[in-house]
Amino acid sequence: MKQCDALIIGGSAGSLDVLFQVLPFIKSDIAFAIIIVLHRKAGNDSILPGLLNFKTKLQVREVEEKEKILAATIYIAPSDYHLLIENDHTFSLDRSEKVNYSRPSIDVTFQSAAEVYKDHLVCLLLSGSNIDGIEGLKRVKYFGGKVIIQNPESAAMPYMPAQAELNVDVDKILPINEMADYINALSQF
Amino acid sequence: MDSEKSSEHIETLLGDALELYGYDFTGYSRASLKRRILRLYVLDRFVSFAEFRYRIRTDAIYFKRFIEQITINVTEMFRDPEFYKALRTEILPMLGTYPFIRIWVAGCSTGEEAYSVAIILKELNLLKKSLIYATDINSRVLEKASQAMFPIAYMKQYSENYIAAGGIENFSDYYSANYSLAKLNDELKSKTIFSTHNLASENSFNEFQLILCRNVNIYFDRDLQLKVFELFDDSLENLGYIGLGSKETLEFSTISRKYKKVSSTKIWRKISE
Repeated sequence: MKQCDALIIGGSAGSLDVLFQVLPFIKSDIAFAIIIVLHRKAGNDSILPGLLNFKTKLQVREVEEKEKILAATIYIAPSDYHLLIENDHTFSLDRSEKVNYSRPSIDVTFQSAAEVYKDHLVCLLLSGSNIDGIEGLKRVKYFGGKVIIQNPESAAMPYMPAQAELNVDVDKILPINEMADYINALSQF
Repeated sequence: MDSEKSSEHIETLLGDALELYGYDFTGYSRASLKRRILRLYVLDRFVSFAEFRYRIRTDAIYFKRFIEQITINVTEMFRDPEFYKALRTEILPMLGTYPFIRIWVAGCSTGEEAYSVAIILKELNLLKKSLIYATDINSRVLEKASQAMFPIAYMKQYSENYIAAGGIENFSDYYSANYSLAKLNDELKSKTIFSTHNLASENSFNEFQLILCRNVNIYFDRDLQLKVFELFDDSLENLGYIGLGSKETLEFSTISRKYKKVSSTKIWRKISE
């Protein structure tokens, strides 16, 4: 594993609670960006960044298009847009068709980031009852990135991480209480 | 298409599109564009990049499909209801004091936004003195737009959006059901001109009091965005308005010092020449 430049966390039903438990323990000087893609209902409200802001010492931002991706910052994919990563490590937004009934789609972000960050990328798939994220994780592996999933037994909705475990060569399966230590240690590579 | 070489291949195709057909996509954001092109490659079952490229270069009809598929045409009526509420309550009543209202909907796709504006104008009693220029790079979506027929299954969502945007009439009065399609009343397109226009390469063609260009700039890189904002500035009367998508801004651009944000949604007013 090369140095981690980005950790992308994808989650659907049951994943917000995992973030609430894990984010408070993430160190504020991590050497990489955390990008969060969560399924949620489309709406103009941007309450998610505010909610997560309460739980972390890191800066939390809802992504603005063409924004530069910086370390030690948590970025949230806005609702009703797909989130993509450009070669120059800036964000792009895309309002094309839903993928896996979802916009933002976890697959879209994983696939786009896989090619850009290659072996400097770690992707974490959390609880959910969808198959979004699975194809993306395959791309991440293809380009040398690292794949971790929430232990399905610890997930409120185990289907999504369980499908990842079945279909992808997963590097690590983590229960919720080991996630923060694992993420903090990614800075040391 | 070989993953390792796909970025190179994309640049080759963009070169072909410009050289052979005059369509300039070189200012488009690559991540989204690449995803669209790879999607088309898979969808149309090409077995090699060479075959894909040959088809694009030699078959002008296929090139139309290429344009249609790599540009994003997903839209809705009254999408982001808050935005339309601001048009209804703040912007259009202000423009209603003018003798004549000219509106440009740039990147109108299949027309849903232009028709949404027409409905508000009608309800404000302003439609008769308005003209809506609705343009897109893609001639096929404009054909659909001028037909004004949309799947009836979408009407429930549109009706909800309409109500959330401050609509007070019965939305179903604006269309007639025809099997699986809803046909919008002819009155709604009586003041709309659909026409092709390429933001990346064409100039200003008129002067407007309101320009709507929502979720179009997100597909452009910063340089092309700057160029487009200058085009809009050239096409907007003093004290006119520009409306953008919910994640877009003109704050970074060279024209920003002439503009003031005037609403809680993404609407700016030109305050000096």
